[in-house]
Amino acid sequence: MRFMMLMIPGGYESAEPDAMPSAEAVQAMMKYNEELKRAGVLLALEGLHPPSSGARISFKGAKPVVTDGPFAEVKEVLGGYWMIDVRSREEAVEWARRCPASDNDVIEIRRVQEMSEFPEDVQKAAESFKELKG
Amino acid sequence: MIATGTIEAVWRIEQPKLAARLVRYLRDVGQAEEIAQDAFLLALERWPRDGIPRNPAAWLTHVAKNRALDLLRRTTMIDGKHRELAIDLAELEHETPDIEAFLDEDIDDDLLRLIFTACHPVLPAEQRAALALRLLGGLTTSEIARAFLVPEATIAQRIVRAKRALRDAAIAFETPRGKEREERVASVLEVVYLIFNEGYVPTVGPDWLRADLCGEALRLGRSLAALMPEEPEAQGLVALMELHPRDWPPAPTSRAIRSCCSTRTVPDGTGR
Repeated sequence: MRFMMLMIPGGYESAEPDAMPSAEAVQAMMKYNEELKRAGVLLALEGLHPPSSGARISFKGAKPVVTDGPFAEVKEVLGGYWMIDVRSREEAVEWARRCPASDNDVIEIRRVQEMSEFPEDVQKAAESFKELKG
Repeated sequence: MIATGTIEAVWRIEQPKLAARLVRYLRDVGQAEEIAQDAFLLALERWPRDGIPRNPAAWLTHVAKNRALDLLRRTTMIDGKHRELAIDLAELEHETPDIEAFLDEDIDDDLLRLIFTACHPVLPAEQRAALALRLLGGLTTSEIARAFLVPEATIAQRIVRAKRALRDAAIAFETPRGKEREERVASVLEVVYLIFNEGYVPTVGPDWLRADLCGEALRLGRSLAALMPEEPEAQGLVALMELHPRDWPPAPTSRAIRSCCSTRTVPDGTGR
């Protein structure tokens, strides 16, 4: 089963647009990434620029509204993710526990919805999605 | 109370590395597997009571090393001619105080050697598959039996026979080189493919798709591709498995596997 490990770095909601991790932090994280890869569980991973260089498009009423970052009201923001393929929720938790995260960071794990979990009518509606993916 | 699922999860992450280190010292896949298993049983007994150690890898390694040391001491005493073993014993004793540094050592070569040994062509493919799932996937005998839809005793016997055959043939714990390498790589990849195919088109049983085995094969394949980035066949096999939708048929054929591997496809099957 696939899980997404969502990294929510402490303080990232107010990070400067050009904020970059230190070489030391990157080195520790690369070692962890290597471990995931060697175990055959790593499918994808990416890091994200801080929200101060992003934008939010909210849908309320007739027209989508675009707001440029940073977003004062948001307390927890994504800093990146790993997509992993593991045998159980417990294994996903165990991998997340091993992450060399910094103080105040949070990792949230979320299981990926698989097509086979959906009811038949939903699967049918999503049929073309298979081609998109394939 | 620590859930068994959590202990199993830790075990599955740690088992291949623990087995690889043990085989390096013991030079015997069977003994390494048994000692690793002992360490796991002790964890199942202790961890629910004491909690999961801060560094589970260090805990398991410590337990396993002590048992390995006992075994090596006994063997060295019984047969003084085992000088090589005595050297290993000294090395192992020397390293014991600093397990965390020991765990930090590069494990890739040991893992590769373990894979090549467990999947040696001297073994029939089904024995290789059982041993690989046990040593590299961290699956229990009953889990392997359930996945292959055969009685547990059958898998237990396959593993026992495989371990004995490796010992009898005095298979060296090493990464093959030169001309032999190609044949040995093929022997390893055949195991991955057998596991994947068994999950995809089960020979018997009610489920037409056993995703557990497909998942095991994929993880094993990705792990191999990471450990052998220079082997196009390993990359190709992973690409082919990833490209096969696990949610619906049709099944891959061995011919498709071969033709795909020979075209040297990109690693993750997405063209990136």
